[in-house]
Amino acid sequence: MWILPLLVIGLAAGLAVPLGRAMARALDRPADNALERAFDTGPQSWKGYCLALLAFNAVAFVIGFGLLATQHLLPLNPDGKTALAPTTIFNTAASFLTNTNLQHYSGEVHLSYFSQLFFIAWKQFVTPAIGLGALLAVIRGLRGDKHLGNFTLDVWRGVAYVFLPLSLIVGLLLILGGVPMTLEGAVEVTTLEGAKQTISRGPVAAIVAIKQLGTNGGGFFGANSAHPFENPSAWTNLLECVCILLVPMACVVMFGRMVRGNGQATVIFNVMMAFLVAFTVWAIVTDTMSPNPGLSGLPLDQSSGNLEGKELRFGPSAGATWAAATTVTSNGSVNCMHDSLNPLAGLTPLSGMWINCAFGGVGVGLINFLVYLIVAVFLAGLMVGRTPEYLGKKVEAREVKLAMLALLVHPLLILIPTGIASVSKWGTDATNNPGPHGLSEMLYEFTSASANNGSGFEGLGDTVGTAEDAANPEKAESNGRAVVWDLATGLVMLIGRFVPIIAPIALAASLAAKKPTPFTAGTLRTDTLTFALVLVGTIVLVGALLFLPVAALGPIAEHLSFTTN
Amino acid sequence: MSTSARKASRAQSLFAPDLLKAAAGRAVIMLRPDHLWKNPVMFVVEVGTALSILYTVVKAVNPDSTQATLGYLVALDFWLVATVLFANFAEALAEARGKAQADALRKTKQATPAFRRDSGGVFRETVSTDLTEGDFVAVEAGQVIPADGEIVEGVAAVDESAITGESAPVIREAGGDRSGVTGGTRVLSDRIVVRVTVKQGESFLDRMIALVEGAKRQRTPNEIALSIVLAAFTLIFLIVTATLYPLALYAEGYTGNVGLGTDIPTLVALLVCLIPTTIGALLSAIGIAGMDRALRANIIAKSGKAVEVAGDVDTLLLDKTGTITMGNRRATRFVPFGESSASDVGRLATLASVADETPEGKSVVELFRKMPGVNLSSVDATAGATFVPFAAQTRMSGIDRRDGPSIRKGATDAVTKYAQAAGGTLPSGLKEQVDAVASQGATPLLVCEGNRVAGMIVLEDILKPNIRERFERLRKMGLRTVMVTGDNPLTAKSIAAQAGVDDYIAEATPEAKLAYIRKEQAAGKLVAMMGDGTNDAPALAQADVGVAMNSGTQAAKEAGNMVDLDSDPTKLIEVVEVGKQLLMTRGALTTFSVANDVAKYFAIVPALFAGTLPQLKTLDFMNLTSPTSAILSAVIFNALVIPCLIPVALKGVTYRPVGADALLRRNLLVWGLGGVVAPFVGIKLIDLILTLVRAV
Repeated sequence: MWILPLLVIGLAAGLAVPLGRAMARALDRPADNALERAFDTGPQSWKGYCLALLAFNAVAFVIGFGLLATQHLLPLNPDGKTALAPTTIFNTAASFLTNTNLQHYSGEVHLSYFSQLFFIAWKQFVTPAIGLGALLAVIRGLRGDKHLGNFTLDVWRGVAYVFLPLSLIVGLLLILGGVPMTLEGAVEVTTLEGAKQTISRGPVAAIVAIKQLGTNGGGFFGANSAHPFENPSAWTNLLECVCILLVPMACVVMFGRMVRGNGQATVIFNVMMAFLVAFTVWAIVTDTMSPNPGLSGLPLDQSSGNLEGKELRFGPSAGATWAAATTVTSNGSVNCMHDSLNPLAGLTPLSGMWINCAFGGVGVGLINFLVYLIVAVFLAGLMVGRTPEYLGKKVEAREVKLAMLALLVHPLLILIPTGIASVSKWGTDATNNPGPHGLSEMLYEFTSASANNGSGFEGLGDTVGTAEDAANPEKAESNGRAVVWDLATGLVMLIGRFVPIIAPIALAASLAAKKPTPFTAGTLRTDTLTFALVLVGTIVLVGALLFLPVAALGPIAEHLSFTTN
Repeated sequence: MSTSARKASRAQSLFAPDLLKAAAGRAVIMLRPDHLWKNPVMFVVEVGTALSILYTVVKAVNPDSTQATLGYLVALDFWLVATVLFANFAEALAEARGKAQADALRKTKQATPAFRRDSGGVFRETVSTDLTEGDFVAVEAGQVIPADGEIVEGVAAVDESAITGESAPVIREAGGDRSGVTGGTRVLSDRIVVRVTVKQGESFLDRMIALVEGAKRQRTPNEIALSIVLAAFTLIFLIVTATLYPLALYAEGYTGNVGLGTDIPTLVALLVCLIPTTIGALLSAIGIAGMDRALRANIIAKSGKAVEVAGDVDTLLLDKTGTITMGNRRATRFVPFGESSASDVGRLATLASVADETPEGKSVVELFRKMPGVNLSSVDATAGATFVPFAAQTRMSGIDRRDGPSIRKGATDAVTKYAQAAGGTLPSGLKEQVDAVASQGATPLLVCEGNRVAGMIVLEDILKPNIRERFERLRKMGLRTVMVTGDNPLTAKSIAAQAGVDDYIAEATPEAKLAYIRKEQAAGKLVAMMGDGTNDAPALAQADVGVAMNSGTQAAKEAGNMVDLDSDPTKLIEVVEVGKQLLMTRGALTTFSVANDVAKYFAIVPALFAGTLPQLKTLDFMNLTSPTSAILSAVIFNALVIPCLIPVALKGVTYRPVGADALLRRNLLVWGLGGVVAPFVGIKLIDLILTLVRAV
C-alpha cells in the first residue's frame, strides 16, 4: 500500500534534481544560436514581460477559440465530429489557455483529432512553458537582475528544451506500455455476445505524455487516466504519476541554482514535500484504509478500503496517491473518481488546490509559494526586530500590497462563486446529490477552476457539448445551467491564472530595483528549520484556514452525517 | 532629581488613574466613524456592530425576525461595542501618556522676561513670546533663557534639568561646539548674550511637544506595510463570513432546520473574531509608545520613522572618548630609566605638571599622590620657578627651576631631541621600551631633568567597565561597531582590539567620518552615529540615524534626526533597541492575532450550525455549553484580549540580543504557539464562567 506512493515521490524527487539543474543551465543564459536570437526580442522590464505574456495569451486564446469553433471544417476528423456549443468553446478555450484543462466536454465524443493535436496538445506544450517563463522572470527579479529576461525566448526554450524532449521519452515509454498512437478513426467491433461496440482510439500517447508532464491534466478520453487506453497498467500508472510531480519539483531545484541559494531551495522543497506527504497520507488513511461509509451495514468485505470509482489494476492506493499528487500540483488528471472518494479523503484534493503551492503548476506553483514566503518573511522579519528582507532585499509596502493581491484572488474566486451557486438554481440543480455532497461538488468545481487545476469532482451537470446539443429543446433546462457553469468557471480560470502571475512579477521587479542589504547576525535567515515552520504556519493559517467553514459544511459535514447517524 | 529618579517617576505615572480616566473619556469620543475609518480593521468592527444593533432593534420589535434570543443579541452588541471601545482606549491611553509628558515639558515654556538688544545696542526688557529669529538677548545668572539660540558672547553654567532631568549644571560658551542653549533652561552663573535661532512656535521645545503629543504622528513605512496586510486579511475574512450566509441558507434548505448560520449578528460576531482586531486595535498605540519609549530614554526622535529605522541599523559609529573609554587618557604608571626610581620619575613628572591644567597633566599629579610612601612636600618646592606651558611647536611642557635643572615632559621625539641638544645621552633600551608601550595602544611621555632622560609616563585610555560585553551584545544583534578616534592608527588599533570593536577610524576628521558613512551606505548598510559639533553636521545628516547631543551646537541638532537630552554617547545602543522593540511588538501581536483564529473557528463554526447540522458538534473540541455561549465566549475573549495586551503594546515585547534565529524561535513559541493555545483556554474559561453566571 505504501510502496506506490514511496516509489512515486522518491522517483520524482530523485529525477527532479538533475532535471532542475539542467533546466537552470538551459533556460538561464543569453541567446546563443540563430533560432534563439530570432525569438529574443531583447531584455524586458516587468511591464514589457507582462505585456508580451498577455499579448501572446490573447492571440493564443483567439486562435484556440477559432480552431475549436471550426473543427467540423478542418481535416483529421475521421469520426466526423461536429461543431461545439459556443459556451463549451469559450470554457475550453479559457481552460486550455490557463493550463487548467477543466473539461466541460468529453474528448472521444466531442473533439476531432485535429482539435486534439493542434488545439489541446499545442496548448499543453505552450501553457506550461508560459508558466515556466513567468517563474524565470520572478526568479531573475528576486536575484536582482535589472531585466527580467525575454518572454518569447523563455517560452521557446521551455517548449524546445524541456517539454518536447521529456514528452518524446515519456510518449515512447507509454507506447511501449500499450497506449495507442494512431490517426485512424474509431473501430467498430462485434463483441463475444454479438453486440456492436465502437472503440475510440487516436493519437493518445502524445497527448497523455504532455498532459502529465506539463501539469495540464486534460485527457484524450473523458475518463482521463482511468481509461485503459490512457493508462493501461500499473507500470504506466507509476510512470504517469511520477510525471505529474517531475517538472514542478525540478522548478524548485532550478530556483536554488539560479539564485545561488541551494539552502533556500531546500527549505522550499522540504516544506512543499511536507504538504505533499501529509495530503497523500491523509488520502490513503481515509480512503484506502477506511471503508466506504455509504456501504456500511451491508454484507460486504470492506477490508480493502473504499473501492468505489477506483481502477484496481493500478493497486489499492493508486487512486489516493494520484488524487494527492494531481491536486497539489495543478495537474488535474485523474485515475479514479474523486466524487467517490470517502468524504474526508475528499479533503486531500480540495486542500491541495486551496493552498495551490505544494510544488503546484509548472512555474506558477513556485510563484504562489514565493508569495506565501513573502508574507511569512514579513511577519517573521518584524518578529526579529528588523524591516523584513528576502534574499537581501527589503520587503516594504509595495511588495506586501502585491503579495496580498496575489493571495486574495484565489480564495475570493472560490468562495464568492460557490456562495452564489449554493443559493442559485443553476448551482443546486446541477448537482447530483443534494446536501453536503452537492456543496462539495460545487466547491470543488470552482476550487479546481481557480487553482487552474482542472480535475473534476464530477457529478455536476456542467456540459453543454455540441452545437446540436445546445439547440436541443429537450435539454434546454440543463443546458441553461451548464451555460452558467461554462461562463462562470471560464472567467474564474482566466482571473485565477493571470492576476497571480502578474502581481508576483511586479513584486519581483520591485525587489530587484532595491539596493541589496548585507547579511548580519540580526538578519532573518530564510534557510533554517525555524523559517520552514514559519512557512508551514503561514500557509496553513493564511491559505487553508480561510476554507475551514466550507470544509466543515461540505466534506466534514458529510462524513459526520455518516458517523453520527 | 537624578535622571533615574525622574525616569522612575515618569514610569509610575504611566498607568496613573487620571491618565486612565482621560483615556476612557476619549475612547468614547473616538467612536466617531470619521475618526475610525483610518483604521480599516476597527472600522469594519464598528460597521458590523451598528448592523448587529440594528438587527437587535428589529428583534425587539418583531420577535420572529430571528432564531436568536433578545438577551443573546443584547449581550453580543454589548461586547462588540466593548471591542471598539477597548481599541480606542488603547490608542487614547498611549496619546494621554504622550500628552502628560508634553504638559510637563510645556510648563517650562511659559512667557518669561527677556532682554532684547534694540537697534541702539541697548538691552530692553520684553517677553519671550515676542522674540523672533535673529534677535540678540542677554541672560544673567538666575534668569531663564527665553528662546533656543546660540551663545555669541560669554560663558555660563546652565541648569538644563527642565529638559534633561539631569541636575548637574553644564557649561555653555560662545564659539566651539558647546554654544547651543535651549529655551526654558536657567543660567546659574555669569552673563551670556544669545542669538535667537528659531522663529516663535518652532522652537525645539515646541517641536518636541508636538511630537510627543502625537499630533504630527505620521505612519511609518513598516506600519503602512503592516496596515496593508491587516486590511487584506480583513477583506478575506469579510468574504469568508459573507459567503457563509448563502452556504448556511443552502444547508437550511436541505435539512429544513434554521440555525444561527443565517443570523446576521452572529455572522458579525464571527467576522469580528476572525479579522485581526487585536493588532488592529493596538497598532497606533504601539507606534505612539515607540516614540514614548525613546523619550523615556531621554531621546527626542524627530519622527517615528527615525525610531523605526534605528532597528534596522547595521553599523554604529561610536566616539572613542566617552563611549568606549572613560573620558581622557590618564597616567597609569611611571617607568624609570637608569638609576632613577619610579617615585623619582613621578616626582619630576609632577613638578613638570603642577601648572598643567589639561586632564592628562592632572592625572599625572593624581597618580603620584596615590603612590605609596611619596613625600608630597618634595613637589611643593616650586617657588620662584617659571612654568613652561605646552606649545604645539615644542610639544613639551615643564618648569624652569632656580635651584635645580629644568624639567620637561612631552612627546618622545621632542624630549629626546631636547636632551641631546643639551648634551645628554639617551639611556639604553629607551627606544624599545617606548615602542613597547606605544604598540599596546598607550601613549608614552618622556620626562627629563636637565639633559638626563629620567623616565617615562605611560598614559592609557581606561575602557569603560563591561564595554567588551556590550559590544559582544551588539554583535549578536547583528551590528558592526566602529570606533571613531583622533588617535594615531597604532593606538587606535590597540584600543579597538581591547574594546572588541569591529573596526576603527583613526585620526578621524569630519570628512573621514562622512566618507566612512558613505562607504558603508554604498554597501547597503544603514549607519547610526552620534555627534555634537558643527563639523559633525554633514555626517549626522548623511547617517541614517544621526543622534545629536543636546549639549551640541544648533547645527548638529538640526542635522540629526534625534536629539539625546542626556548627551550620553552610549545612547546609540538604546536607540537601536527601542527601534527593534517597536518592530518586534508589531510582528508578535500580528502573529498572535492571526493564530487566535484557529480556536475561534472551532468555537464558532460548530455553534453556527448547531441547529442545522448537529453532527458538526464533533468539531467542538472545547465542548462548550451551548451555541450562544460558545459565540459569546469567543467574542468576549476577542474583546478582553485587547486591554490585556495594552501593557505589551505600550512597553514593547522584551528584546534580547541573542541573534535573529533565537529571537524568532522565542517569539514564535510565545506569540505563535501561545496565540494558538491561549484562546482555547480563554474561551473555555469564559464559557464556564458564563454557564456559572446563568446557573446562579
